[in-house]
Amino acid sequence: MSVFDRFKTRSSTAVVARERLQILLSHERVAGGQSDLIALLREEILLAVAKHVIIERDKIHVSMERGESVSSLEINIEIPHMPGMPMAAGF
Amino acid sequence: MAKVIVVTSGKGGVGKTTTTAALGAALAQTGQKVAVVDFDVGLRNLDLVLGAERRVVFDIVNVIQGVAKLSQALIRDKRLETLWLLPASQTRDKDSLTENGVASVIREMRGKFDWVICDSPAGIERGATLAMRYADAAVVVTNPEISSVRDSDRIIGMLDSKTEKAERGQRIEKSILITRFDPQRATRGEMLNIDDVINILSTPLLGIVPESEEVLHASNVGCPVTLNNPACAPARAYFDAAARLRGEDIPMNIPSDRKGLLDKLFGRRAA
Repeated sequence: MSVFDRFKTRSSTAVVARERLQILLSHERVAGGQSDLIALLREEILLAVAKHVIIERDKIHVSMERGESVSSLEINIEIPHMPGMPMAAGF
Repeated sequence: MAKVIVVTSGKGGVGKTTTTAALGAALAQTGQKVAVVDFDVGLRNLDLVLGAERRVVFDIVNVIQGVAKLSQALIRDKRLETLWLLPASQTRDKDSLTENGVASVIREMRGKFDWVICDSPAGIERGATLAMRYADAAVVVTNPEISSVRDSDRIIGMLDSKTEKAERGQRIEKSILITRFDPQRATRGEMLNIDDVINILSTPLLGIVPESEEVLHASNVGCPVTLNNPACAPARAYFDAAARLRGEDIPMNIPSDRKGLLDKLFGRRAA
């Protein structure tokens, strides 16, 4: 490994570190000023679903990915088929 | 049933989080199921060192308060399918960790994993005492430097008195992991040597991790050093330490990235 390669490797991981920090801190600074948007959305979505079906906490899978300009919130809810439920019958 | 290990030190900045990630990834690479748990509520960083910071949804405080199930809060590593992270909460204070809450989370994790590695916050306050409270074994991370050794001594005293095992009259297994060791400076007498540290603390040695730029590279890219560059000196030191935790008898040495003479000069036998 040449002297130049060593410099290259070192600076490239520093760039990765800087970018990761910028994304993370931009989210954390917002979260510090107001309540966590993702947590708020998650709770309100679950409440809306719970109005119509009985959902069990361990049948819900939530994942998210915070990005620089876009974040994604993925909520996966297992909805049991219940007799007489319009959704179960209709689809 | 999992073995629960606390990675602790008293002093900050000695390498607890780096060590938790590196040992966790080393053990997970053997195929065993490993969970690493961040106890630094309010100042979490294990997520960042593991590169999972963008995927945190729930945390240990949510699990304790019943907002989320353990399975919902655990984040599976994208590279190692047997490695999981339970993050700390970033927005709460340390008082949101309760003794009963931590006990029940650890109890549940014991049934699901082979190893549970608790990353303690610095200091001797609530977060640190709860991180060690239910541990079977402790890895005391120490730099060869007087203030770090003094703080390790304090922590060893707490391990022998404040843990559940100690209160039951059982012995908690303790070992010292020396990090940021520079063999050349120790030889020149500028740094405490290994025997000094081990004698002063009268606790067995788990491993010696040499000072290396590889540790910084790994944290820059959010990958445990044992995964980012398994062949580098600090990674080899962590693999050896992980093997010793598993009960293997591995001769003690200080891995080096320098070839030749230095290896022979600084090669060590088990203490």
